[in-house]
Amino acid sequence: MSPTILLKDIDEPGLATLEVYERRGGYQALRKALAMEPDAVVAELDASGLRGRGGAGFPAGRKAAFLPKGDMDRYLVCNADESEPGTFKDRELMQKNPHMLIEGIMIAAHAAGVSRAFIYIRGEYETQARVLDAALAQATAAGYIGERILGGEFSCSVVLHRGAGAYICGEETGLLDSLEGKRGNPRLKPPFPAIQGLYQGPTLINNVETLSTMPHIIAMGGAEYAKLGVSGSTGTKVVSVSGHVQRPGNYEIELGTPSREIIFGLAGGPPPGRSVKLWFPGGSSSPVLTAADLDIPYDFDSLAKAGTMLGSGAIIVVDDSTPVLDVALKLAQFYRHESCGKCTPCREGTNWTVRMLERIDAGEATPMDLDIMASVQEHIIGNCLCVLGDAMAMPIGSMIVKFRDEFEAHMHSRQLAGSAAGAGAL
Amino acid sequence: MGGFRMTSNVTRFAHGSRVPGWDQAADLDKDPAGVPDPATVAVPAALRAEIEAAMALYPDPHSATLPALAAAQRVHGWCSPEAIEQVACVMGVTPAYLSSVATFYDMFELEPVGRHSVYVCTNISCSLRGADALYAAIEEAAGGDPQINVRHFECLGACDIAPMVSVDQVYYGPLEPADAGRLVDDLVAGRDPIPDLALARLRSADPNANS
Repeated sequence: MSPTILLKDIDEPGLATLEVYERRGGYQALRKALAMEPDAVVAELDASGLRGRGGAGFPAGRKAAFLPKGDMDRYLVCNADESEPGTFKDRELMQKNPHMLIEGIMIAAHAAGVSRAFIYIRGEYETQARVLDAALAQATAAGYIGERILGGEFSCSVVLHRGAGAYICGEETGLLDSLEGKRGNPRLKPPFPAIQGLYQGPTLINNVETLSTMPHIIAMGGAEYAKLGVSGSTGTKVVSVSGHVQRPGNYEIELGTPSREIIFGLAGGPPPGRSVKLWFPGGSSSPVLTAADLDIPYDFDSLAKAGTMLGSGAIIVVDDSTPVLDVALKLAQFYRHESCGKCTPCREGTNWTVRMLERIDAGEATPMDLDIMASVQEHIIGNCLCVLGDAMAMPIGSMIVKFRDEFEAHMHSRQLAGSAAGAGAL
Repeated sequence: MGGFRMTSNVTRFAHGSRVPGWDQAADLDKDPAGVPDPATVAVPAALRAEIEAAMALYPDPHSATLPALAAAQRVHGWCSPEAIEQVACVMGVTPAYLSSVATFYDMFELEPVGRHSVYVCTNISCSLRGADALYAAIEEAAGGDPQINVRHFECLGACDIAPMVSVDQVYYGPLEPADAGRLVDDLVAGRDPIPDLALARLRSADPNANS
């Protein structure tokens, strides 16, 4: 049985209140961290090997160390915009254990010398925002947030900022523009947010799950945490499993667990009589895998080696009852809707991909269209300010490669249906 | 062969544009509006207080744009020109700036809508479990009731209860198309809708979580 850290006793009544959280040893890690030098806290994070849980998987300790030192305003932004299709781990963590996130924010703020922290939560998470608001008020009253925290030198405020419905605001620089009160258009990088982010100041941006893990790392020690999981992917991860499985939900696994064990063992696999056709290992933006890939260990490096990514840790399973074209079309329509429109390859590429998929479905496509569609994907990747376009191009591109026969068969059957209908009309 | 029908006719709208409604956002015959004059714009006191409190939270008051627009939308029901003007007046920005922001985000309503919002997630995980049929059933049950604003929505982050809906910002699922009638009846009667399907009832799926 793998250890549960983040989801431990997650349904305990009143866990969202300060009283129960403290009774369970809450905020002890913050006390421990505040007694340490900021550099020592960063060193613990480094030793833990914790990689960002939002999607990019960047080492969290190194990210915190990037912020320049000196007398200036530094900011921390908790990315709680969780909008990647298939991902719902942060929702459960924030709703049921908000103080764990707040404690993580304060530890990270201390480590990076931050005096103002923001939680950017997606606007649709109304319930979660209310829970966090109440928890922030309690933590402030108890002296864990504000001036001279726990009587020491360290001061930091936390503001909960609600978004208003835009996938792109989960992209870190789009999020910063949105937090500054603008349209959520991504910015050119570099400069990276660690150097020039919110209000042009150095900014540390971390995902909810990453920050929620930090109290546990400080409590058990970075080296101890690094013993969990596998080399290069230490620790545990909350995986959101959805789609055609019998028990969809959030499961905490030790990284390196075989994917089959997650999809079949924990989530129950596809309904009886159905088999796995394809699955997204890390949200809708990750290149798809097939039934042949089910034994890949679920960790950052193994999935990268398989040509895909762990991303946000959201597994979406599609069984053999669903045509691959339907999946591709849903995906492309989503990215077309969410493209901010700033960069041409993404704005036009997502639009044309939808139109080409619709043409295939209407029986109007030629086999050449698949090659054109594949080349559109290639021209999006790496050519935009952010990776939203890539996030469509990678999975669609992988579907064209892995399911080309099915696309062609679909095309052909729709053409036959179209000409039969045409003949009938004459 | 004869099966190929290439669609070559591109629909054109006013001024030859291919984008429907591109010219509806602004009255092209009018000069752009400046920052509204506080002496001539009446702002409800509670709304003014809420916006000013939000502006005080940030080093740069512009950061309060989203909370301010959300507050105005709660008062006016949608981001009407009047709502935008009131926010612009309190924040000291132009209405055009606020319109540019409001048109970017899905949760800001740019047309008058019903009192109740029903967001139906029709993204991938929900659609694999029948969200499109659910959307059709809810739309039919609502039957064009002007008080119920049924919308397609992108992934709402609750694929564990797919197919799901967010009714007045509260999550429910999994729903069958047969639940649509009950949902609409509850809304019309002013009751808490389908309480037995609320997300709040849900315990963690992980068998190790509470062991």
